[in-house]
Amino acid sequence: MSRTLVVVGNGMVSHRLVEAVRAEDVDGAWRVVVLAEESRPAYDRVGLSSYVGNWDASALELAGSSYDGDELVELRLGDPVARIDREAKVVTTEAGFEQAYDALVLATGSYPFVPPVPGRDLPGCFVYRTIEDLDAIRAAADHARSNRGRAAGAVIGGGLLGLEAAKALRDMGMSPHVIEMAPRLMPIQVDEGGGALLKRLVEDLDVTVHTGTSTSEIVEDRERLLAKLGNGTELDLDLIVFSAGIRPRDQLARDAGLDVGERGGVVVDDGCRTSDPAIYAVGEVAAVEGTCYGLVAPGYTMAEIVAAQLAAGNTAAAFPGADLSTKLKLLGVDVASFGDAHATTEGSLEVVVNDAVAGTYKKLVVSDDSTTLLGGILVGDASEYNTLRPMVGSELPGDPASIIAPAGGDGGGIGVDALPDEAQICSCNNVTKGQIKGAITEQGCDTVPKLKACTNAGTGCGSCVTMLPKLLTSCGVEVSKSLCEHFTQSRAELFEIIAATGITTFSELIAKHGSGSGCAICKPAVASILASIAPVIGADGHILSDDQAGLQDTNDRFLANMQRNGTYSVVPRVPGGEITPDKLIVLGEVAKEFGLYTKITGGQRIDLFGATVDQLPHIWKRLVDAGFESGHAYGKALRTVKSCVGSTWCRYGVQDSVGMAVALELRYRGLRSPHKLKSAVSGCARECAEARSKDFGIIATDKGWNLYVCGNGGMTPRHADLLASDVDDVTLIRLIDRFLMFYIRTADRLQRTASWLEELEGGLDHLRDVIVDDKLGICDELEAAMAAHVANYADEWKGVLDDPDKLARFTSFVNAPGTPDPTISFREEREQQVPVPLGIPAIAGAEGSS
Amino acid sequence: MTMTDARIWTAVCELARIPVAAGVAALLPGGEQVAVFRTTGDEVYAIGNIDPIGGAAVLSRGIVGDAGGQPVVASPLYKERFDLRTGECLDGDASVPTYPVRVTDGVVHVGSV
Ligand code: SRM
Ligand SMILES: Cc1cc2nc3c(=O)[nH]c(=O)nc-3n(C[C@H](O)[C@H](O)[C@H](O)COP(=O)(O)OP(=O)(O)OC[C@H]3O[C@@H](n4cnc5c(N)ncnc54)[C@H](O)[C@@H]3O)c2cc1C
Ligand code: SF4
Ligand code: FES
Repeated sequence: MSRTLVVVGNGMVSHRLVEAVRAEDVDGAWRVVVLAEESRPAYDRVGLSSYVGNWDASALELAGSSYDGDELVELRLGDPVARIDREAKVVTTEAGFEQAYDALVLATGSYPFVPPVPGRDLPGCFVYRTIEDLDAIRAAADHARSNRGRAAGAVIGGGLLGLEAAKALRDMGMSPHVIEMAPRLMPIQVDEGGGALLKRLVEDLDVTVHTGTSTSEIVEDRERLLAKLGNGTELDLDLIVFSAGIRPRDQLARDAGLDVGERGGVVVDDGCRTSDPAIYAVGEVAAVEGTCYGLVAPGYTMAEIVAAQLAAGNTAAAFPGADLSTKLKLLGVDVASFGDAHATTEGSLEVVVNDAVAGTYKKLVVSDDSTTLLGGILVGDASEYNTLRPMVGSELPGDPASIIAPAGGDGGGIGVDALPDEAQICSCNNVTKGQIKGAITEQGCDTVPKLKACTNAGTGCGSCVTMLPKLLTSCGVEVSKSLCEHFTQSRAELFEIIAATGITTFSELIAKHGSGSGCAICKPAVASILASIAPVIGADGHILSDDQAGLQDTNDRFLANMQRNGTYSVVPRVPGGEITPDKLIVLGEVAKEFGLYTKITGGQRIDLFGATVDQLPHIWKRLVDAGFESGHAYGKALRTVKSCVGSTWCRYGVQDSVGMAVALELRYRGLRSPHKLKSAVSGCARECAEARSKDFGIIATDKGWNLYVCGNGGMTPRHADLLASDVDDVTLIRLIDRFLMFYIRTADRLQRTASWLEELEGGLDHLRDVIVDDKLGICDELEAAMAAHVANYADEWKGVLDDPDKLARFTSFVNAPGTPDPTISFREEREQQVPVPLGIPAIAGAEGSS
Repeated sequence: MTMTDARIWTAVCELARIPVAAGVAALLPGGEQVAVFRTTGDEVYAIGNIDPIGGAAVLSRGIVGDAGGQPVVASPLYKERFDLRTGECLDGDASVPTYPVRVTDGVVHVGSV
């Protein structure tokens, strides 16, 4: 007979508990019923702020949280538990649903504390805890913007979550205020010195900080809010977010007569049992031996302890205490605090290095004989956190001051070797250095992914991932930079080999420097290098030349982008997005003639979809005759240089952004690179071309151009960094030539400029040394390589149309040229043809022409 | 009658038409599509042209190479590799049919029933 486990709440900890019970309960002894207040399954609350911007709640889903297909788990959403009847062992929900239990777990988390400020209930006042809270804040911001063009917001509370909320407001386009009662920001984690620097760094980011004062009153003022601060300041606002701490949601337990702590929280012993042996509490609501933990990792530990007792019969499982160390990037500022950060240990000493110029504050707390590390605080640069935190409690390898001294050798003063085996590397999943070493030496984990799979380290917040390659190296495992199983070299190394030896074919390269016959990773990578280098070494530049055609990714092989049904899209180049009416008409005519679906792309040009392999040359013949050329939408190459209308038309424009965009697009068209390259030119600081989201972006100034590099839209957006300001046309182009060639030579395969810069040793400063100041003395070479590219450019599509051998490859069937592929069919949607996926019958009468 | 006798051999193209380490698509009499590949070592293989994972007739346009020495093609849609000898997918739970191939007088023939 199975027993019933009822879990109240479906937050992160509840989810971990259910997963752990289901994993350990091999005989299916427990049926699990989860009763939840929120209307969606458990989600990643820790990552809540990432919801801002993409507003995609599905990205916060936790794996397996719907328990689909597991008959032993029942999840009831949107109906909170109202009562526990301990005598009858039954809980009742607000809607009146009754559920009997054999064991009950309270996982109700916390609620945001809202201080009793008059006016705190006014519309426009919010808290920051759930997806719904963020939706409401967003709606208020949008509403304010639509009324007044801009919204103003403040966060009450300058702790960790308050600063996170401030960032969210900033990401919504506001310049937020933060009001903190304590004399400094993040009072729990940092000390006075660290707080002072943190305030300065945060204020540089357009956040106004009011410390040492509280909010005395909030009043309504012409549909807006007026916040009156204790120090006399008054702020005109559209919205206010309260983030003044959290309180455990222990009301259910109180009503049921369970013991609660002095400062709230359901009192539990180290096995997470409440004063009623049938009831447990885990996560933020639990006060383990008097302490509530506001972090997810201790909650996970509690969940596992309860699961071990219930499902694995391990009654000895006990909460070992928790590490409250934190490291985070708030508004782009590194902050870390670990161990006894405030030096409360008797006789402890503090060693502080406060570097106002570099904007870093570092403090170590050590034992009275200054040998043992007790804790520390890092602000501005927390790169040493990963090695320092696990050292807490053990002997330091050297003089504490030298460890945090500025420019102390190669960054971080101590290496992983100095850590003891018991040092905890991954605090999310409680994995020690010893366990990771064991996985490397005994279980043969020789890559980071294998280590993650084997030990779970690095699978939580991810902050410890950088430690894993270091541990691999320290165990003597060479962390492979090899491109694939056929080449032990990295892409950059292969580039150097090809440049130095002048090898021009893949077969020669793999015979001399690799093994086997190649694969879908190394072939396109080498093809890209050969194409980048061809003009310099005088090789056949056409990517479909005999010995290169087979290396190219499908898109390159047919000079078009393959679509889901095996047809292709056609994207002619429209430099700078500028196009004549005549050319527009040609595009329309071609689309009509071949029955192609037409769409304006995000890259300021026009995409024609649904061409079959054999149609491609006929379509391109028409386009080339009309003066179009390949847009390289298929290639790891320059895509588009977008432009805004600029000074020619726009009343704000200060330079001819269209002219510059056209010039740049024509200069770099056809340039093959490790990943695609995108650019944009804006005519003034209003930035209508979104240049700062590009690999290289240019923004006009009164005096010339500002050049920004290494931006990215896409999956991980990154704002481009300013490389040079107010430069003239000639300097601008020279710098871009150098930048692009340097990237092409040194980046990994499929690494865009943004991630390339992030991994480049020395970062932007180093890049500036190389590109602007020519400290490596390679700029002449880089410029010459670009000059060769520009001189040798030829349109790839024209090259195909002029060559019968290349043309012959564009057939659907070698033995039946001209026969349409029977698996391709179309239906009509919004007056255009769209593909019918294989296996779904076409609607009779709606089939396309091919 | 033996199996071999019942087989229909379709002439696909001259071997030279298939670039080294690449593939072409061909139509069989029954309307099936095959992808015919020539490896670096000049072996010829034929497998079904439809990628069962992506659901489109595109395998002939994939990159040909090897995985630990076994000849494979990577689907151009989502890059899963298929063993050219067995049709088994190395990266997922799927497979494609395989067809016998013979080269006579420089012409590639694919056998089907
Ligand atoms: C057609 C277009 C969407 C549209 O209808 O507007 C498009 C379509 C595709 N994009 Fe895109 N992207 C298009 C603009 C963009 C933009 C906007 C822009 O360029 O200003 C972005 C964000 C900017 C950026 O790249 O930083 C964008 C970010 C991506 C990404 C993510 C890149 C990243 O670094 O995270 C991918 C995936 C990848 O490249 O790995 C991608 C990949 C693709 C692919 C190649 C996916 C695929 O393999 O099939 C799509 C095929 C295009 C085709 O078949 O023609 N597309 N894609 C746009 C073509 C622009 C053009 O004229 O060339
Ligand atoms: C913006 C933000 C950022 C954070 N960042 C971090 C971080 O970087 N690192 C970190 O460690 N922690 C962070 N936290 C804290 C972390 O999210 C929590 O520690 C963790 O979610 C606690 O999990 P829990 O399951 O105990 O509570 P919760 O996740 O709060 O789940 C409790 C659930 O119980 C439900 N509930 C309450 N009462 C009832 C009832 N009577 N009946 C039914 N259901 C009920 C609630 O609706 C809620 O869904 C952050 C929190 C926030 C809000
Ligand atoms: S960026 Fe400036 S010049 Fe260009 S369109 Fe916008 S406002 Fe006008
Ligand atoms: S510390 Fe968070 S994943 Fe390891």
